[in-house]
Amino acid sequence: MSSNKDSVGGTIKVALILCVICSVFISSAAVILKPFQISNKLLDRNKNILIAAGMFDPALNSNAEIGLLFSRFNLQVVDLDSGEVLSAERLAELRIDPATYDERAVFSDPAYSDALSADLDVADLKRRVKYATVYTLEASDGSLETIVLPVSGYGLWGTMYGYLALDGDGNTVNGIGFYDHKETPGLGGEINNPRWKALWPGKQVYDADGDVALSVVKGGGEGVHEVDGLAGASLTSRGVDNMIEFWLGPNGFGPFLNNLSEG
Amino acid sequence: MSTDVKTILFKPIVAENPITLQILGICSALAVTTSLRVTIVMCVALTVVVAFSNLFISMVRSYMPSSIRIIIQMAIIASLVIAVDQFLQAFAYEISKQLSVFVGLIITNCIVMGRAEAFAMKNPPLPSFMDGIGNGLGYSCVLLIVATMRELFGSGSLFGIEILPLVSNGGWYQGNGLMLLAPSAFFLIGFLIWIVRSRRAEQVEKSEFRLAAHTTQEAAH
Repeated sequence: MSSNKDSVGGTIKVALILCVICSVFISSAAVILKPFQISNKLLDRNKNILIAAGMFDPALNSNAEIGLLFSRFNLQVVDLDSGEVLSAERLAELRIDPATYDERAVFSDPAYSDALSADLDVADLKRRVKYATVYTLEASDGSLETIVLPVSGYGLWGTMYGYLALDGDGNTVNGIGFYDHKETPGLGGEINNPRWKALWPGKQVYDADGDVALSVVKGGGEGVHEVDGLAGASLTSRGVDNMIEFWLGPNGFGPFLNNLSEG
Repeated sequence: MSTDVKTILFKPIVAENPITLQILGICSALAVTTSLRVTIVMCVALTVVVAFSNLFISMVRSYMPSSIRIIIQMAIIASLVIAVDQFLQAFAYEISKQLSVFVGLIITNCIVMGRAEAFAMKNPPLPSFMDGIGNGLGYSCVLLIVATMRELFGSGSLFGIEILPLVSNGGWYQGNGLMLLAPSAFFLIGFLIWIVRSRRAEQVEKSEFRLAAHTTQEAAH
């Protein structure tokens, strides 16, 4: 073996054997670990939804509680253009399973998302999914208690992904949380600081005319439609502002929230 | 033999540290050292990869055709790194999210390739494995020191537990923002190298190039 290992045939033989061993090794690792990875991903998403809705504090609660807390939520997939909740038949037709549907995975799939024209693209997202999952929570008397919406927008360095929780009236903010962003630690990264997030609950999204009035402002933030921006992070604050404007406006969840308040 | 293994294992920690002496693996040392918890996972991941890549490469070294030697090393290293990445995603999801691409980038970490070429190709499997562990520990030592400084002075905490209460959380400590950015790791590693080399003068490199004295009078003006 070692005498002819440098010949062309020997080289090809060694390369082939190595390729087979390595690919078997990697594929078995991927296949065996896949179920763990999927459940981790779901658990992480559910946890972020609970955090945004103020029902979970990583410092106090343990991951074991996520399943029980999250089971109270109702998952609905919404057609963003019409604002209507997709029926079971429509979901089957689109092959969407609300429990595992991932807006970020289908983000660039033309069957599930559209390109945004520049004048509509206030949050600098380039594309928008056609269908998005909305998480609702009903109070014991059957009325709507909380609505959690997935939101995203471009900050300073990259797209920020998070959840915005609204009260049942679809107008009062309940909480906000970001689970993925690339903002500068200590400056824009403070979007996840509990002290900043505490400024959000109770703010009102829409003004009397039904337009999005909630905005992130520099200084102040006492008004019912104003949230004080982050010091030293003007561009990140503007990104959050744009994100709110887009996702609660007519091209985001506006139609859905409108249907809710009418129906 | 046992003293031999000991030297192989412990030499890379200070005397032949891959970061401070060989200046290898700096890239990930900058990127993953903002918090201690993430750093520890990165250190373990790298140590596992270096140790096993050294072991496997040493095991097959006599069958390797010299023309595709580097490709074979890369294939082995890449397979190990992918497996480690998959493992982290399955069992340490939150940390793997924070490490993101840097686990994958272990493939290009100079320490792994460097040890494969410099040690595993010339030595039997067991010492090669030990050399991998030793170099992983050497890398880990430096990273842990850097991460402790960065997390403590940047975020006022260690392992996410608050040590110096930050002004933004109602305390008195104003976090040093520079510590959270990559350049601070450069400075800290620079200081470490300085400390190590002032104690161990034999590690100081001879200067390779010196500006010659001016040969004409005009040039002095």
